[in-house]
Amino acid sequence: MMFRRTLLASAALGLGLAFGGAAAAAGMDKVKACFVYVGPIGDGGWTFQHDQGRLDAMAEFGDKLETMYQESVPEGADAERVLTQMALSGCNIVFTTSFGYMDPTNTVAAKFPNVKFEHATGYKRDHANVSTYDARFYEGRAVIGHIAGKMTKSNKIGYIGSFPIPEVIQGINSYFLHARKVNPDVELSVVWAYTWFDPAKEADAAKALIEQGVDVIAAHTDSTAPLAEAQKAGNVVGFGQASDMAAYKPSPRVASIIDNWGPYYIKRIGALLDGTYEQTASWAGMPEGEVVIGEITEAVPADVKAEAEAMIAAITDGSYHPFTGPIKKQDGSDWLKEGEVADDGTLAGMMFYVEGIKGDIPK
Amino acid sequence: MDLSAINPAVLFASLIVAATPILLAGLGELVVEKAGVLNLGVEGMMIVGAICGFAVAVGTGSPALGFIGGAVGGAALSLIFGLLTQYLLANQVATGLALTLFGLGFSALIGQGYVGIKPPMTERLSFGPLSDIPGLGTILLRHDLMVYVALIAVVAIWYVLNRTRLGLILRAVGENHDAAHALGYKVVRIRLLAILFGGAMAGLGGAYLSLIRVPMWTVGMTSGAGWIALALVVFAAWRPGRLLLGAWLFGGITALQLNLQVAGARVPVEYLQMSPYVITILVLVIMSAKGGRALGAPAALGRSFHATH
Repeated sequence: MMFRRTLLASAALGLGLAFGGAAAAAGMDKVKACFVYVGPIGDGGWTFQHDQGRLDAMAEFGDKLETMYQESVPEGADAERVLTQMALSGCNIVFTTSFGYMDPTNTVAAKFPNVKFEHATGYKRDHANVSTYDARFYEGRAVIGHIAGKMTKSNKIGYIGSFPIPEVIQGINSYFLHARKVNPDVELSVVWAYTWFDPAKEADAAKALIEQGVDVIAAHTDSTAPLAEAQKAGNVVGFGQASDMAAYKPSPRVASIIDNWGPYYIKRIGALLDGTYEQTASWAGMPEGEVVIGEITEAVPADVKAEAEAMIAAITDGSYHPFTGPIKKQDGSDWLKEGEVADDGTLAGMMFYVEGIKGDIPK
Repeated sequence: MDLSAINPAVLFASLIVAATPILLAGLGELVVEKAGVLNLGVEGMMIVGAICGFAVAVGTGSPALGFIGGAVGGAALSLIFGLLTQYLLANQVATGLALTLFGLGFSALIGQGYVGIKPPMTERLSFGPLSDIPGLGTILLRHDLMVYVALIAVVAIWYVLNRTRLGLILRAVGENHDAAHALGYKVVRIRLLAILFGGAMAGLGGAYLSLIRVPMWTVGMTSGAGWIALALVVFAAWRPGRLLLGAWLFGGITALQLNLQVAGARVPVEYLQMSPYVITILVLVIMSAKGGRALGAPAALGRSFHATH
């Protein structure tokens, strides 16, 4: 068994060298980029947007780019198999588009030093050929939090969390901080769905929130089910998540956070083509056009819309950071002093709630 | 933790809605298994029903036609299973599994043009002032038509299976197909009809998901509901009444778990998620301890029938 595994690894290494050898520094004539998706492209949210980014890159590079993707790859051991398969089939760069691919990406990257790996939303770069990229979704959460604080009548707002990981906690904190800022009475309920994509469960989660008096719902899961549930309830509003979800305009979908991965994919594949590719940890947001707020509909009062747009402008030109002190942690201890801005390291590992949010983060 | 925020009546009402798709699919599978056929393709038939129902509803603008479309779609898929297992005597387990895989892929293919579209809304029935009765009105009288169809189906299937000649024949075919054949019943034809019925019910359950419960179309949207329906049939020991209880239990735990979270309780979600399955295993253990027959599994379940004389 041991022998067979070693043999396989060295064979894989040889293949990696043969195919990827030319990639170093000198640039390439043609790149094969591969994408691993956590859901189906038809989810209308997260995976759909990654695939739009892939299509943008194809439109940009034409003949010089060949792409391949696999949908609905489970996070965990299966991902390792898929990644190995992709590396063996001649991919020069592999984008793994979900947090749960973090360890498989690094494990497989160790075996294929000449294939570039790009992992979305993670923080592990154990090998020189692993880069990470993420978007500052919390910038978008700040804007919809502001709208939520202004729009709620019951003063109860909800958040459907996927998994308790830093990216989601950032979103919850940013959403709550900006709702509280404009509405001191606002209370936040968080429901953990423990899935990125399960429309029935997402609908149930939204329903549970609505039944307990919540009238503004933000979701960190990928389907439109929470919006459909809000529509059934009638007087509840929500936001498009990852994708615009325009079918629910003008209400219940009053705004949306759109992930726009195209610019990043074009930049990275372009760098591989012209030989300027380097390992990076990219974390871009509104200024780079990776996080976009979709149309704010007429269901939002004009003054609230104007305030939201002012906030978008301020975040885009860099004059405002959604995590600007004074901010206390949930237990009342100081986190950021007056005027102090959160550093990226703390944000990337954020596993605490800010003051005012009830409940604990599940372990 | 504030449990008073959970309104039991509202919780029970959402439990009934959450249970409807698995109840419909489970009832269909119950009839199929009573006829001695094990169709593991429930998940596949449900998802094909979901997309067919969705496509018809979007195309015609009528949710009612959508449900009929879903039933037809599910039945059409089950026909493939029926032909393979009843006439070509293919292995039922393998064919059923293949049906699920095929259904998942096929529905994704049909569904390509339907992503991100909203289906026509299904109106809730109104019982006038009756719907405002505290408690009972909230629980029972504020639903859409399909919830009542499912509840009526429970009673109807119980009645037909246990109190009519048709039910007797169906059970005879499921218990001992050779004896039924010797009595002159068309075993294969009866089983094929049961399979079609099961497919139509699974299709209805799927259409309920895509038209009312979620309402949208996404690839893989049944996410295991068909397997739960299969587990339910075993849990219910092939009895419609107990199937209803089982469906409410499964649906209830989903609804309760999320409500508990909103109320601030910190019960680890994993325990609640696995509890229906643990209970299914427990029920099986208790019932088999009482002797194999108490389980109520049809004696000819999963066995192919080939008339040799």
